[in-house]
Amino acid sequence: MAILKKLALGAGLAALLTTAAHADLTGKVIGFSQIGSESGWRAAETSVTKSEAEKRGIDLKFADAQQKQENQIKAIRGFIAQGVDAILVAPVVATGWDEVLTEAKEANIPVVLLDRGIEASQDLYLTSVASDQVKEGRVAGDWLVGTVADKTCNVVELQGTVGSSPAINRKQGFEEALAGHDNLKIIRSQTGDFTRSKGKEVMEGFLKAEDGGKNICAVYAHNDDMAVGAIQAIKDAGLKPGSDILVVSIDGVPDIFSAMVAGEANATVELTPNMAGPAYDSLDAFLNGGTVPEKFIITESKLYTPADDPQGEYDRRKGLGY
Amino acid sequence: MTRPTAELRPSSSPPAAPARPVLAFLARPQFLALGVVLLVNWLLFPGFFDITWKDGRLFGSLIDVLNRGAPVAILAIGMTAVIATKGVDLSVGAVMAIAGATAAVMVTSGQPAILAVAVALGVGLLCGLWNGLLVTALEIQPIIATLVLMVAGRGLAQLITEGTIVTFTDPLLIFIGTGSALGLPTPVLLALGLMVLTTLIVRRSALGLLIEAVGVNRSAARFAGISAGVLLVLVYTFAGFCAALSGLIVAGDIRGADANNAGLWLELDAILAVVIGGTSLMGGRFSIPMSVVGAMIIQAMNTGILISGFSPEFNLVVKSGVIILILVLQSPMSASLFQRRIRAVKSEGGQP
Repeated sequence: MAILKKLALGAGLAALLTTAAHADLTGKVIGFSQIGSESGWRAAETSVTKSEAEKRGIDLKFADAQQKQENQIKAIRGFIAQGVDAILVAPVVATGWDEVLTEAKEANIPVVLLDRGIEASQDLYLTSVASDQVKEGRVAGDWLVGTVADKTCNVVELQGTVGSSPAINRKQGFEEALAGHDNLKIIRSQTGDFTRSKGKEVMEGFLKAEDGGKNICAVYAHNDDMAVGAIQAIKDAGLKPGSDILVVSIDGVPDIFSAMVAGEANATVELTPNMAGPAYDSLDAFLNGGTVPEKFIITESKLYTPADDPQGEYDRRKGLGY
Repeated sequence: MTRPTAELRPSSSPPAAPARPVLAFLARPQFLALGVVLLVNWLLFPGFFDITWKDGRLFGSLIDVLNRGAPVAILAIGMTAVIATKGVDLSVGAVMAIAGATAAVMVTSGQPAILAVAVALGVGLLCGLWNGLLVTALEIQPIIATLVLMVAGRGLAQLITEGTIVTFTDPLLIFIGTGSALGLPTPVLLALGLMVLTTLIVRRSALGLLIEAVGVNRSAARFAGISAGVLLVLVYTFAGFCAALSGLIVAGDIRGADANNAGLWLELDAILAVVIGGTSLMGGRFSIPMSVVGAMIIQAMNTGILISGFSPEFNLVVKSGVIILILVLQSPMSASLFQRRIRAVKSEGGQP
């Protein structure tokens, strides 16, 4: 370990001598307080954060908070005591962070927030890396608007958990995209709690209520899991998902890509699990060059359709732990 | 929320002639509530009672209610036995997740489906046995004893699936969740079969009576020569079995085991179904068929909310409102009012 550190130091010095002040994060110790593993996406985020750290030679200290803020606060205090170089936090809730983040600030340890924001003074953290959920909804809506052109299209919406911020924002973004296109109308909207089984159950109800599905031209699901459930419900009703009823959703989990391969899903907007990449980049720039990054780094919301090699995307994601 | 109340009156007069025992049976508040909920669904969505024949099975909203209600109905069958002994089993939702996860992981790793199903059911029995032993051998209060597995069980299921949704294409598991036979979905047949079988077993033997005796007074039952401990272990084990069966259905339905969400909060729906069915949480007299009716009331309500077109923010408010209404309807006070009314109508001439 000591030899490694010396080597890294040497490498760092050499880099410092040759290319002015730009070294990398090799040998740096970074603590990562993760919320837990409540969803496949979260598991993928954890594995990407670890693999990105490995790629950069970072010594990542991982702490799973099991959905509890008190565990996260304990973990952060632990990181401070160990004197890590930086801390990554995926905050489980928005409030109650001031005290522990002040402690980190006093210890001169930069903190980067991943994937969720918090309600605290902005100078308590270096930057936050997150997706723009409203934009995700808008990208999905824009795709649908472009695909149906001027045909009349009745859309049913499977919302996420009532009151959760992705549900509110993804709904808002989708509605923004549809505004001004009178041929597209959201005729039914219900919550499927972000789960497959509820997505299937709600879609069954929609299909019955809308003339066996003949009235529905597209389904918009706030996440891929509900879309996968809806696809099964559409098939059970004797219709073809993907052609009789268009399916568009958000997240980009492996199973939606295998549905695309089967021609049963039409589009998904990726919520990248790689929040750590931009976080490491900004830490690199900050620790090695003193560049203060932007306060809010927004990840790309990339649209995937069957034209984007769904089989390849499926294979690429399968091992990430989704 | 005004609608169900408004509908209550006209439909509470039809069961006016409880001359025959069947009619008296159907005049129970639970059937009344089910009727009202279905009627409201029909008002909200006129095609509610339409049933067609599609791909070799019946197809329609009413079938959906039966199909979607089946997992909770099966849970409620096990839960009824537990509650009749003055206990409660909070772990059934987590046991569902464990059973689904076990079966899914086994078939994806190449084991034969029949073995996967057997092991999953066996795991359910073991979970129930664990609960039963905590309650009897260690004398831990049921609500706490089963809380242990409720919390730990979901974690166990997540360990089995490694936090991912394990999807499978095994035809047997999919058949359990979404197949059909005799024109009815498999889950409905399983629930129906289990209900009939269990009712026959507890009512055609002394078992039901013994369970009620333990529920009313455990020590008294023991002094009367009933081996209360064995009986308690038996009912918790049975509840574990029911939960595992339900877990297989839920996993088969989405062709995957979702350890995070499978059966989440369903223990509460199952308890509610039992209570709506008229079994007292204080133990004693119980009815398995009525608990199944309770599960159907809950599901009819859920389906009604889905097709009503209300915005989802209202879901829980509507649901709780209807539940309060049902509980008031079957409270002792309203029951006596109800009886008096029937008697009054009867004495007026007792016409149909």
